[in-house]
Amino acid sequence: MTVTATVGEELEAVEPAAVRLTGVTKTFGKGGVPVLDGIDLSVAPGEFVCLLGASGCGKSTLLNLIAGLDPASSGLIELPGKGSRPGHAALMFQESALFPWLTAGRNVELALKLRGVRAKAERREEAQRLLGLVRLGSAYDKRVHELSGGMRQRVALARSLAQQADVLLMDEPFAALDAITRDVLHEELVKLWSETGLTVIFVTHNVREAARLGQRVILLSSRPGRIAREWRVEIPQPRRIEDAAVTDLTRQITAELHKEISRHGN
Amino acid sequence: MATEVVEDLVPEPEAEFTSLEAGLDALETAAESRKPWWRRVLLAKVLPPVLAVVALLLIWDLLVLAQIKPAWVLPGPADVWDELTSNWSTYQISAAIWDSVSRGVIGFAISVVVGTVLGLSIARIPWLRAAIQPILSGLQSLPSVAWVPIGIMWFGITSGTIYTVVLLGAIPSVTIGLIDGVDQIPPIYTRVGRNLGARGLNSARHVLFPAVLPGYVSGLKQGWAFSWRSLMAAELIAVSPHLGPGVGQAMAEAGDNNDMAMAFGILIIILVIGIGINAAFFAPIERRLLRSRGLVRS
Repeated sequence: MTVTATVGEELEAVEPAAVRLTGVTKTFGKGGVPVLDGIDLSVAPGEFVCLLGASGCGKSTLLNLIAGLDPASSGLIELPGKGSRPGHAALMFQESALFPWLTAGRNVELALKLRGVRAKAERREEAQRLLGLVRLGSAYDKRVHELSGGMRQRVALARSLAQQADVLLMDEPFAALDAITRDVLHEELVKLWSETGLTVIFVTHNVREAARLGQRVILLSSRPGRIAREWRVEIPQPRRIEDAAVTDLTRQITAELHKEISRHGN
Repeated sequence: MATEVVEDLVPEPEAEFTSLEAGLDALETAAESRKPWWRRVLLAKVLPPVLAVVALLLIWDLLVLAQIKPAWVLPGPADVWDELTSNWSTYQISAAIWDSVSRGVIGFAISVVVGTVLGLSIARIPWLRAAIQPILSGLQSLPSVAWVPIGIMWFGITSGTIYTVVLLGAIPSVTIGLIDGVDQIPPIYTRVGRNLGARGLNSARHVLFPAVLPGYVSGLKQGWAFSWRSLMAAELIAVSPHLGPGVGQAMAEAGDNNDMAMAFGILIIILVIGIGINAAFFAPIERRLLRSRGLVRS
């Protein structure tokens, strides 16, 4: 058995973290029910964490808070970053959200430009390299609408890499794709992650996907979103979605998820 | 006795994964079938309207040949052509076209500036928007020719009157087009822009402006149609020697002379200018914008 469940482990608190959340709470509107309630989470540099939960658990809200797109109602969100530079989180969405008025290459170039890469030639070269990383070097001049859903997400991934962020936040990025394409993108993402040492926080409601990808899987309860359980996954990468160990873990997590959801029916 | 389960832990070889991905990319990218340009442009775009015009001329000529009305009430295409060519200079048509088009363009240009500033402020300031939007919609449905008598009482029969009418006709269209464009920016674009680090001017330049462009251009297109229409109405009514020639004035003159053939001829000139400017400037820009974003079939 390669899977160990470690509930309430708090060892990371002292270790260096790429992202550290302390008592983070988010409430929309005054006197509303909190969407997120007392989230404590520390993600180590280079770690791949999957956040899992049913609807209403505030997974996307949590990513928006970490990305700085929304303020937390209370609690502390820290992105220590590297050296003197403050931390920055790149965010990838379910829909690729590429700008349709730019070509694939220009979308990546814009991220470089906004990051502060001044020289045009350098931007072009770097964008070409990043598209090459996701095997879309030949799609540089393609318009967004000429690309398939999977290709768009790969361009979006290249654009996120262009941000050179400390953390890559992924909000159900493969949910709209068909199973084969999703499988290929899992492979692609894990490959990039192991080559570049990215820190990834990956939100999904697909248990199998979480078991396929994560080094750690965190189950959030719904309304309010709290950390219900977490699993440390020691199945070595590269895994396959149909691996017995992945299936086994999927079964365990699903059972817990069902328990969480059933609580709301009573 | 339980049989040993052999776990297949051999990961997919890199090459196999790469070719799987390449296969998916090829399958999921729409196969492009470009027809030769002359078929796309001539057969699909140019031929149908030309045929429609020819058909219209034929029907017109047939009606004239059938003599359902006397020739001075319904002149034929040939009569109109003769009248236009022989009395082109009597009616100062060249000068009239030049004057009208330049008035139209100046009025439109002012409308674009005013409408853009107005649209941007209205779209960004909620209370201003709540206050002004109903008035704008009302103004857009008010025929701007209704302003002509008021303009004449304010400014006399001068360019001031004409521009007032043109501006009141075109500004609401430009403004409303821009507000609609701003409203239709998918919120995800601004979020992505912020995450990429686009703030303030950078956000306006790299995200908001390109996102607004299609709505803005269709507002401009409509704004031009309204300018031209209002201009003709104003010129028809506000006729004075101080104003110089104008296509509308020429039309009024043809009316005074009971010159039916010339009136038809000028009507065609007004149509051709309106259609021509749209076809030369707005339609290609709009088509390119939409096509590059995959919003229309190319």
